[in-house]
Amino acid sequence: MGVQTLTYIFVGLTFALYIGIAVWARARSTTDFYVAGGGVHPVVNGMATAADWMSAASFISMAGIIAFMGRDGAVYLLGWTGGYVLLALLLAPYLRKFGQFTVPDFIGERYYSKAARVVAVVCLIFISFTYIAGQMRGVGIVFSRFLEVDIATGVIIGMGIVFIYAALGGMKGITYTQAAQYCVLIFAYMVPAIFISILVSGSPIPQLGFGGTMADGSGRAVLETLDGILLDLGFGAYTAGAKSTIDVFAITAALMIGTAGLPHVIVRFFTVPKVSDARRSAGWALVFIAILYTTAPAVAVFARINFVESVNEKSYAETPAWFRNWEDIGLVAWQDKNGDGRLQYRAGTPFAGAPSFSDDRGESGERLMTNATTETANEVYVDRDIIVLANPEIAALPNWVIALVAAGGLAAALSTAAGLLLVISAAVSHDLLKKTFSPNLSERQELLYARIAIAVALALAGLFGIYPPAFVAQVVAFAFGLAAASLFPAILLGVFSKRMNKEGAIAGMVSGLVFTFGYIVYFKFISPESNTAAHWLFGISPEGIGFIGALLNFAVAGVVARMTAPPPAAVQDLVDDIRLPSGAGVAHRHG
Amino acid sequence: MTGDQSNGQNDEQTGGPNSVYHHDDQGNPVGQSSHDNEVVSETRMSAYWQANLRFLAVLLVVWFAVSFGAGILFADALDQYSFLGFPLGFWFAQQGAIYVFVVLIFVYVIGMNRIDKAHGVSDDDETPAVTGGDA
Repeated sequence: MGVQTLTYIFVGLTFALYIGIAVWARARSTTDFYVAGGGVHPVVNGMATAADWMSAASFISMAGIIAFMGRDGAVYLLGWTGGYVLLALLLAPYLRKFGQFTVPDFIGERYYSKAARVVAVVCLIFISFTYIAGQMRGVGIVFSRFLEVDIATGVIIGMGIVFIYAALGGMKGITYTQAAQYCVLIFAYMVPAIFISILVSGSPIPQLGFGGTMADGSGRAVLETLDGILLDLGFGAYTAGAKSTIDVFAITAALMIGTAGLPHVIVRFFTVPKVSDARRSAGWALVFIAILYTTAPAVAVFARINFVESVNEKSYAETPAWFRNWEDIGLVAWQDKNGDGRLQYRAGTPFAGAPSFSDDRGESGERLMTNATTETANEVYVDRDIIVLANPEIAALPNWVIALVAAGGLAAALSTAAGLLLVISAAVSHDLLKKTFSPNLSERQELLYARIAIAVALALAGLFGIYPPAFVAQVVAFAFGLAAASLFPAILLGVFSKRMNKEGAIAGMVSGLVFTFGYIVYFKFISPESNTAAHWLFGISPEGIGFIGALLNFAVAGVVARMTAPPPAAVQDLVDDIRLPSGAGVAHRHG
Repeated sequence: MTGDQSNGQNDEQTGGPNSVYHHDDQGNPVGQSSHDNEVVSETRMSAYWQANLRFLAVLLVVWFAVSFGAGILFADALDQYSFLGFPLGFWFAQQGAIYVFVVLIFVYVIGMNRIDKAHGVSDDDETPAVTGGDA
């Protein structure tokens, strides 16, 4: 059977499964809708959290990014898993004990202030939309490449599926669908990874395989082989980093703190019955996450080797079918600079910007571009996002593996998108409408508004997917930087410092936000030409500046809190209460 | 109120921290006034919180050491050693730290359950309400 037929079957089956689960787990109350009735088993919640956490970025992009960054790619591995530890140890149990629906709920109650709640809502919506845009792009890529529908149709189909189970089932539907999506995505990730590991290193365990020796009989270590190949082509060695130590440190820290502050993951812990369950489910979630995160760097190494070997110095006619397939949708391109009819893959950018194709074909049959060429010897453009998706084809694996990966990529993108949509809708219907502007809303009305908010948010997210703003990549630094500089310190201080008051928290959040926002906007948009290490503060890039923003937040909050009145006794009692695990009950509405 | 407070302090002074654990195992004596309970629970609460913070500090030191320490700051020095075929610093940054993170969270789960029990604040026997209520 052809890849396309198989993909239709796999994707169709998984979609039917998700919708079936959504119908079975319909939400009947706001408690069902926001926190799944609070009765989810820790292992199931762990799976759902893992699927929620691992977005299209983790599934589709991460291994590709690491493949091209080499050692420095560790910032993502350490940042996204290490941040999870912070979340599990410092936030999850206490927020579960606090037991309300949303992150702004906590900020608003703990800092007895509508202003603080609104600041938190604004941060949350900004962070979540940035994230969703990325998920929708992932959905679009999978549909356009494997189902050969155009990106717009693909995104609309994806939106329809998400809407059915997010709006119908709320958190309850999402939780159980996410658990199913985890199973789909991890299976889809591991199968090709194991195949490729056997192919390249002879080891069925990818985590060990990329430290082993090549299966080609040369007896050389895999990493040494890759280092050798890359050095020959003018790249740096794979195992040597290109970034400065301080920058790697700051980016890792910003990603860690930022991930720990991501609202759609925090709310997952509101769905389990007890505080001890929140801790346990955090442990399971990291097990499920670690399976993918320890495999990704192995996939990266194997993919880079395979990529170079199947493309470099080949004539266009000799390139494998996948090269031309991805060229058709514009994610790889070749510009025959020296006119020798062969693809030279070297260090450096092949031409200025992303490829913009003319309708003509060149002498070898390649798609021609209108981009200005560059001085480098490199002729091959490759979008890092294709590595995981193209990997089974690059390694010539059976068609059903390729179809499986397509279904897995969709599972990863849809599960995260659904989680994000839910926090956006809760922020609008619960925090803005119910808690700030119209407190007399009945539960039925609130539920209706929550569903409307999902529809609106989804439509907006879909627009981002169909017309991706050119700045999506740049904005990703925003999501983590802002989460790190705003939400995380405020939540952490809310639990661990009884003395922290509303003045301190708001001053901290605002200064962290303004600083981080300003720094990123300056280097990414106002003055992109000066975005080099020489101009950076302490040599820290915009990707890592959220770390400094978070430190600034802590410092300002501490100083301001010392100079102003301590929080009221009722709030101090609340802090005492959330520090104790006993007596949590289910997440609920307060007054 | 003053009497109640001195009661609580006596408990703490005569017994030291261990007696607090002991006291909890036996549960609160029947017939104590609610004020007594509050004071006892405040002492207990602060001992519990201190134990929690100490435990967190140890875990976070390990967390920092394997990620920022072995994976970033001292990675170059560690790369001289080889582990499972990897340069050691590279292995920590791309594999090892993640394994340690998983272990850390489970150590945290088990350790915190013990601390909860020792201080009588465990939620293990609680049957959570299925429907939401007002606090």
